[in-house]
Amino acid sequence: MNDFLKIQGLEARIDADGTPKEILKGIDLEIPKGEIHAIMGPNGSGKSTLSYVLSGRDDYEVTGGSATFKGQDLLALDPEERAALGVFLAFQSPVELPGVNNANFLRTAVNAVRRARGEDELDAVAFLKAVRAETKRLSMSDEMLKRAVNVGFSGGEKKRNEVLQMRLLQPSFAILDETDSGLDIDALRIVADGVNSLRGPDFSALVITHHQRLLDYIVPDRVHVMAKGKIIFSGGPEVAKTLEKQGYTQFLEAAA
Amino acid sequence: MSTGTAVQSSPALSAFVGRAAGHGSVLAERGIPTRRVEAWRYTPLRAFTETVWNEAPALSDHDVQSLLDALALPKAESRAVFANGQEAASQTRLSENLVRSQGEAVDPLEDRFSAILNAALRQNGLSIRVPAGVAAGTLVLVSLTSGNAISTHLRHQIVLEDGASLTVFDFNAGDGQYVTNPRFDIVVGKGAQLNHVKLQREGADAGHLALVYASVDANGNYDSFTLNQGSELARHEVVATLTQAHAQVHVNGIQIVDGTRLNDLTSMIHHAAPDCGSRQTVKTVLSESGQGVFQGKILVDRVAQKTDGYQMNQALLLSDKAQINSKPELEIYADDVKCSHGATVGALDDEQLFYLRSRGVPEAEARAILVQAFLLDALDLVTDETLRDVLIRSITA
Repeated sequence: MNDFLKIQGLEARIDADGTPKEILKGIDLEIPKGEIHAIMGPNGSGKSTLSYVLSGRDDYEVTGGSATFKGQDLLALDPEERAALGVFLAFQSPVELPGVNNANFLRTAVNAVRRARGEDELDAVAFLKAVRAETKRLSMSDEMLKRAVNVGFSGGEKKRNEVLQMRLLQPSFAILDETDSGLDIDALRIVADGVNSLRGPDFSALVITHHQRLLDYIVPDRVHVMAKGKIIFSGGPEVAKTLEKQGYTQFLEAAA
Repeated sequence: MSTGTAVQSSPALSAFVGRAAGHGSVLAERGIPTRRVEAWRYTPLRAFTETVWNEAPALSDHDVQSLLDALALPKAESRAVFANGQEAASQTRLSENLVRSQGEAVDPLEDRFSAILNAALRQNGLSIRVPAGVAAGTLVLVSLTSGNAISTHLRHQIVLEDGASLTVFDFNAGDGQYVTNPRFDIVVGKGAQLNHVKLQREGADAGHLALVYASVDANGNYDSFTLNQGSELARHEVVATLTQAHAQVHVNGIQIVDGTRLNDLTSMIHHAAPDCGSRQTVKTVLSESGQGVFQGKILVDRVAQKTDGYQMNQALLLSDKAQINSKPELEIYADDVKCSHGATVGALDDEQLFYLRSRGVPEAEARAILVQAFLLDALDLVTDETLRDVLIRSITA
């Protein structure tokens, strides 16, 4: 029995200029502990919405269904409580924080999560040591720590900064929302290595992507195809290859 | 000013005029401005007119000491302490580089209420000069007030002779329902540099009507930064004149208002000579029903060619009930100048807030981080690191 991540009949909508727009129309998804699942689907199928609803962004209204994580009602928790519980969202478009120093931001986040998990906070020296080890692994320059969060970062640097945060916060469940978009092949490899290095019996992930390419590097246990707010097909890693060759049409027709 | 624009009779006015004895005629004639006076349109003094403000009684050495003990004052070369409008001589120690002076006659500035009130009721503040070429370090100038229905009206004079330099940390604090009405007359000589860093943390029920008149000679610099953070109603007003070429004036500041408080930063920068520069960056953070006012006027005379004037004010509204009134004014008679001003008003960015929270940062802390980020480029304008840290602690505490 899976009691890790369980999503049942999840429905959500967003307020689009006064008119509610249904985006998730009954998502059923289970991700067991230690597994990496991928979601693929055409634009507008609701993939990013799913990632925001799971991480707690409040401009979406959940109108039905449930999501439990480690036995808790995930949807009842604030975003910071979800982070403390082990949920991490790598943003499709990482947010710029002008005036907030990246190193201070990382340390604040790490210590907030450590506090909430009942662990000791890291002092400046211990933090610096931890962060230096990670930046080296991700081929990031120390200079990126001195800048404001994501301000003036290239697309690749922003994505690396997301993976850096993920490595430091040590989530048990990471959602990667099109982390591969805008990355060249070297950056893609570095990002994938960052995810793969967390792989293990206590780490699960949901990888949202348009492209099979990322899944050559992060090989998923399961692939789900999403369209029009629902998961219409689930299978093994071979599904990604089928999609790459044949497109979504056959899946959409089969589901219709 | 005609009748109808000012309160001609009120308990406050009668009491002030009575206390002013022979110096109250202008005050009696002008009265206390109402909101129909343009300069006070956004900063109503009505609540202030109903109280009889008495002369503040002297505080005992013991009281002064305990008020001072509650403050974390930075160490400095010189310190002067005023309590309830009187110098606390036992707490004051000036370095040999600060020379006490008589105080000279000054422009009465009779179209400005804070100046009129101060002229009527003036009390001896600190009058000093820094001799030519002397770097006099930092002077911590403390004004403490304690009591109810009292007012103080200190007049300070600071003269920097040519090439002299001084940093003044102007700290205002107190408790009770009182009014402070300090005036500074500042003369910055040729090539002299005065840094005036002010922290206004008067008591929550206090009124604070401060006026600074600064005159800056060739290549001199009056660099001021004001953190308006206390009082029920506070105006910090700066009137600065750039009298000779290549003079500089900076009137920067931060205002933080909550509750039903109102903080106001008003300035008039007069470019009376060519090749001068003025800079203003003012940021206001408003929560609950707080109100902020920024009025900044730049006046450029016909002779003041090549003037470089910059004015930016930005407000961060954290509540639907908070209000900011912003009034930039440019009055330019020269034809070869560079003057710009800008104003922005915004709320905290939901995406930024969510980003921080998704990284485990609790909401209150995330908000505080974003507010401090908003203030960062203004705080960076405080060049003295010790004083900048004092201001940051005041904001984050």
